[in-house]
Amino acid sequence: MVRENVLKWTFGTLAYTSLLVLLAITVVLFQQGLPLFGRVNAWEFFTGIHWYPTHEEHPEYGILPIIIASLCTTAGAMLVCVPLGVGSALYLNEIASFRQRAFLKPVVELLASIPSIVFGFFGMVIVAPFVQKLLHIPVGLNLFTASLILGIMAIPTVCSLSEDALSFVPRSFREASYAVGANRWQTLTGVVFPAAGSGISTAVILGMSRAIGETMTVLMVAGNAAIIPKSIFDPVRPMTSTIAAEMGEAVIGSTHYHALFAIGLMLFVITFVFNIAAELISRRFRIKLGLGA
Amino acid sequence: MKRTNRIAAAAVMVFAAAVLFAQAKKSQKIVCEGSTTVFPIAQATAEVFMERNPGVEISVRGGGSGVGAASVCEGTCDVATMSRPMRDSEMAKAAGKGRKLKGHIVAMDGIAVIVHPSNPITGLTAAQVKDIYTGKISDWSAVGGSGGKIVVISRDSASGTFEAFGALALKGAKVRGDALMQASNQAIAGMVAKTPGAIGYVGLGYITDEVKAVPVNGVKASRETVLSKKFPYSRPLYMYTSAEASELVKRYIDFIKSEDGQKIVEAQGFVGLR
Repeated sequence: MVRENVLKWTFGTLAYTSLLVLLAITVVLFQQGLPLFGRVNAWEFFTGIHWYPTHEEHPEYGILPIIIASLCTTAGAMLVCVPLGVGSALYLNEIASFRQRAFLKPVVELLASIPSIVFGFFGMVIVAPFVQKLLHIPVGLNLFTASLILGIMAIPTVCSLSEDALSFVPRSFREASYAVGANRWQTLTGVVFPAAGSGISTAVILGMSRAIGETMTVLMVAGNAAIIPKSIFDPVRPMTSTIAAEMGEAVIGSTHYHALFAIGLMLFVITFVFNIAAELISRRFRIKLGLGA
Repeated sequence: MKRTNRIAAAAVMVFAAAVLFAQAKKSQKIVCEGSTTVFPIAQATAEVFMERNPGVEISVRGGGSGVGAASVCEGTCDVATMSRPMRDSEMAKAAGKGRKLKGHIVAMDGIAVIVHPSNPITGLTAAQVKDIYTGKISDWSAVGGSGGKIVVISRDSASGTFEAFGALALKGAKVRGDALMQASNQAIAGMVAKTPGAIGYVGLGYITDEVKAVPVNGVKASRETVLSKKFPYSRPLYMYTSAEASELVKRYIDFIKSEDGQKIVEAQGFVGLR
């Protein structure tokens, strides 16, 4: 009895530790980010297009180009990883033989274990010069290259979760479809895919969450110019790399310091919304398939 | 019985002495932190200094001048390496913590303007460099080049080199928004070497065969022109220590300023003071 209680309390405490950490992070983000708006007009902060936080006489704190950069790289990454991720999930679940699947799935998941700095290095040293030469553009470190690399990095998340969603579709659904005379393709597009749809949406949203939060890779391959991109071959500077590049030198308590925290806060809110959306959709998905909430 | 006791006591004492000695040796430690520009000087001089003074341990870290300044103010490093002088605000912060700082000029550095080796340009004026970096000029044909978009590369806004370049070359004007910000001198040199339309700026020590240094106002960036300050973008490099630094730290700084130390500075591609 005593032992049981001890175990219960130990593991309970452990489980609540992460909640505590989350709370602490949230409190610090708000505490350090909000003071900015006492010094910089919030409207100017979100809509300003000039980011010169360290200029001595006239510092400017406009993060619109930085927000747009994050949204663009994430959208670009989705264009790469949704077809590849969902496509491989469909192949793995529906077409691949048992042996192929046993080999391919771990390989795709292995992609997730490559450190992001390795992706960044690969992008900077190999992909960027290649893209630059191939397309005859002035610079290879740009929105396109960043999206490409981020997209590849998000494949394991999207593929593995989509595959799980597909495998949750009950056998009876398929059998019913075949019974009314549908062929394999019709079953796949008409029954299995719609049934797994919200599960796949969850996978895509979590992939987006992964792409928008990625730091090291974009710091290395996005080119780091705080401008609103006019083409996909313009360099950009997402929120994460701005924080990473500048936090080390920002004087604690300065406007620049609080501005970086405010960017962090913004990023936190975005990924939080993504994750809540993913959770809600996946709950609906489980209910729809009769798996319980 | 007594004898064994004595031997044991002696052994314990010898052991204790050895431990104390080892600890004393361990405490011979210097931490340098700061500018990536001054990093090679600190690193190379530290290696020789450690070799000549066994038991001394010097660790050298980068991070940028601002990081070095913050650390020496906080007392978490002994020597702040900086590519710009300490700001008044930073001095005030150190004073607030009860620390008085002392600056030492350890070398001179020139900020060279570099382009891709295939670029036909033979020289730029200081005004042209400023116009390129502030956004007035965006095509190579405007400065006598063979045409094509200028890819402007800069250090990130937190670096001392950026600050020095901003003061020396841009006279306080803002760098154009579409400049690519890179985190180190090495990264700038590497990118310029790989990008035909690029222009960048690096410390004299980072000029390699893979990039072309462009004369500014007709003056080539070299040892002589930097020492004589003829080259428009020349600056001193600093090390800041506490005014009450330990004997060891003082000896290390003196070593860098000595003839041998300055030879090492030269070997790293900087301009020695003697």
